[in-house]
Amino acid sequence: MSGKTLYDKLWESHLVRENDDGTSLLYIDRQLIHEVTSPQAFEGMRITNRSLWRSETNVAVPDHNIPTKDRYKGISDPISKLQVDTLDENCDSFQIKEFKMTDPNQGIVHVIGPEQGLTLPGMTIVCGDSHTSTHGALGALAFGIGTSEVEHVMTTQCLIQQKSKNMLIKVNGQLKKGITAKDLILAIIGKIGTAGGTGYAIEFGGDAIKALSMEGRMTVCNMTIEAGARAGLIAVDQTTIDYVKGKPFAPKGELWEKAVTYWKTLQSDSDAEFDKIVEMDAIDINPMVTWGTSPEMVIDIDGMIPFNENGIHEPALNYMDLEKGTRIKDIALDKVFIGSCTNSRIEDLREAAKVVEGKKIANSIKLAMVVPGSGPVKEQAEQEGLDKIFIDAGFEWREPGCSMCLAMNADRLEPGERCASTSNRNFEGRQGQGGRTHLVSPPMAAAAAINGYFVNVVNDEWVN
Amino acid sequence: MEKFCTFTGIVAPLDRANIDTDAIIPKQFLKSIHRSGFGPNLFDEWRYLDHGEPGIDCSNRPLNQGFILNKDPYQQASILLTRENFGCGSSREHAPWALAEFGFKTLIAESFADIFYNNCFKNGILPITFSKDIIQFLFEKAEENTGFTFTVNLEDQILIDSSGNVFEFKLEVYRKNALLNGLDDIGLTLSHENEIIVFEKNHQIMQPWLFTS
Repeated sequence: MSGKTLYDKLWESHLVRENDDGTSLLYIDRQLIHEVTSPQAFEGMRITNRSLWRSETNVAVPDHNIPTKDRYKGISDPISKLQVDTLDENCDSFQIKEFKMTDPNQGIVHVIGPEQGLTLPGMTIVCGDSHTSTHGALGALAFGIGTSEVEHVMTTQCLIQQKSKNMLIKVNGQLKKGITAKDLILAIIGKIGTAGGTGYAIEFGGDAIKALSMEGRMTVCNMTIEAGARAGLIAVDQTTIDYVKGKPFAPKGELWEKAVTYWKTLQSDSDAEFDKIVEMDAIDINPMVTWGTSPEMVIDIDGMIPFNENGIHEPALNYMDLEKGTRIKDIALDKVFIGSCTNSRIEDLREAAKVVEGKKIANSIKLAMVVPGSGPVKEQAEQEGLDKIFIDAGFEWREPGCSMCLAMNADRLEPGERCASTSNRNFEGRQGQGGRTHLVSPPMAAAAAINGYFVNVVNDEWVN
Repeated sequence: MEKFCTFTGIVAPLDRANIDTDAIIPKQFLKSIHRSGFGPNLFDEWRYLDHGEPGIDCSNRPLNQGFILNKDPYQQASILLTRENFGCGSSREHAPWALAEFGFKTLIAESFADIFYNNCFKNGILPITFSKDIIQFLFEKAEENTGFTFTVNLEDQILIDSSGNVFEFKLEVYRKNALLNGLDDIGLTLSHENEIIVFEKNHQIMQPWLFTS
């Protein structure tokens, strides 16, 4: 009998029962809640007069439609305000821990989970948000769910699930200097496609993954959903344990020792069998830029928009106002957004700041903004003087939130505007109706802000 | 949830791949704290020529006449035919809420994104997958016959067109039962309450650090 994958181990350690119909009841250790996908779940509980199974496993934070500037003035959009107020009221009445908008630890739900130690290796974690896959970077089984399932977890601590298949994406060798986790995951999506991981839990392995920091691993797992898989996973190693140690909600003392002993078992066995294995060489990966309206429409910075014979790219190219054969380096930008649950952690901000230090954004850039992922990230960055570097270069330095990744608040593109964005989706209208999004890494976004066009940040050519 | 019954409906062909949930229901409508009211804003950016915001009466907005759901007779469509990876992106259950409220009971595609697929069954929508060839055949059929209909029979797992041609589809038993019986998942899970409690006690022994707060 072959060994078990990390996914198998996490699945089996949370299996409450196997039903006759092929489904299973899976126990959930942590539910993260935000304002957008939870109100109807709370309403459902009220209507059916049901209560929370274990209220302390739920933690909430408003992040999607809160303002990123002048927060002291409150939320001006009455509809957004009602949604955030509703979250506050629901958390108060159901006694759920919440980091309210003005809490110094508030931030994007997928940034604060790991940062606070609310995300731990070996856990099952859900949230009504597809980027819950982020938390798999810590060796947890984490995936996004719909609002009906949010209510299900609130009231039963379980989910009815069917086991996914196992996929291993093995990235051999080491990334070249200056190549980021974002470039890596964009290259992976480009290779397997946005539906390539549908039906699978993807484990990322290989030397290039092992060499990543926790921030980088979170970037990779975050965008697993853009490769079609609900859950991304990375085995626990010393990097994971060092990251978790000392986090506010991480276990302490004797429990810590006990937990670490267990967490060290959270790797796929050497003889584990995967349903699919994809291998890549890290050395081949260059800075990546998306050119279309799906994350799989991606190419490296030195490339050009591909020619396709069957016209399948036409709607995307029309929307993006681009033509096949155009060089990526000839694309001029209007706005630059550095932030989102993909790329708003301290390492992301450091890498971007390194690029902009001592420079000014191009005159053609209407707005360049940095939105830290959480209060603690913002504070850390300010201690390191990164805020000053960005502000001096002409960037706006904002308060934490999802911001222009999905433009539910006031931060958005106007019709026709083109943005270099460190977020995760380049869908039509994602950053504002008619807005055009190019997904890139933080250093690539920073270099685009300075230059006004996309440039290869790994070379020195952009320094002018 | 209402039980899924056999019905006959118009098939609207929406010929695009990778239609994401942002396109199905744009983010500004997600500010609602209710489960209903999303139907008029389904595919908002494709369906209307102006910018939609929550609370605006859609009956007076300028329609994009080129969009399939604005063309006669597709305003009455209850079956959506589309390409691969439908429903990718955000986990928002507002997407199936909007589709159901418009009147869609069945979606036909080469493939669906996982979270969206799951959300459909919680809302009485039947997503059916067919091979690329059959999907292509159905698009050609829709092109030739404006407003062609299918009878959707979930019990027998078949679609029947007006000429009597039958297309069989596959579906997991539990998903079929959930739709046919309109089951309350939470009630079903709570019927296993004792097993959850037993699991939880054991889980606490194995991983006590998860039970400290």
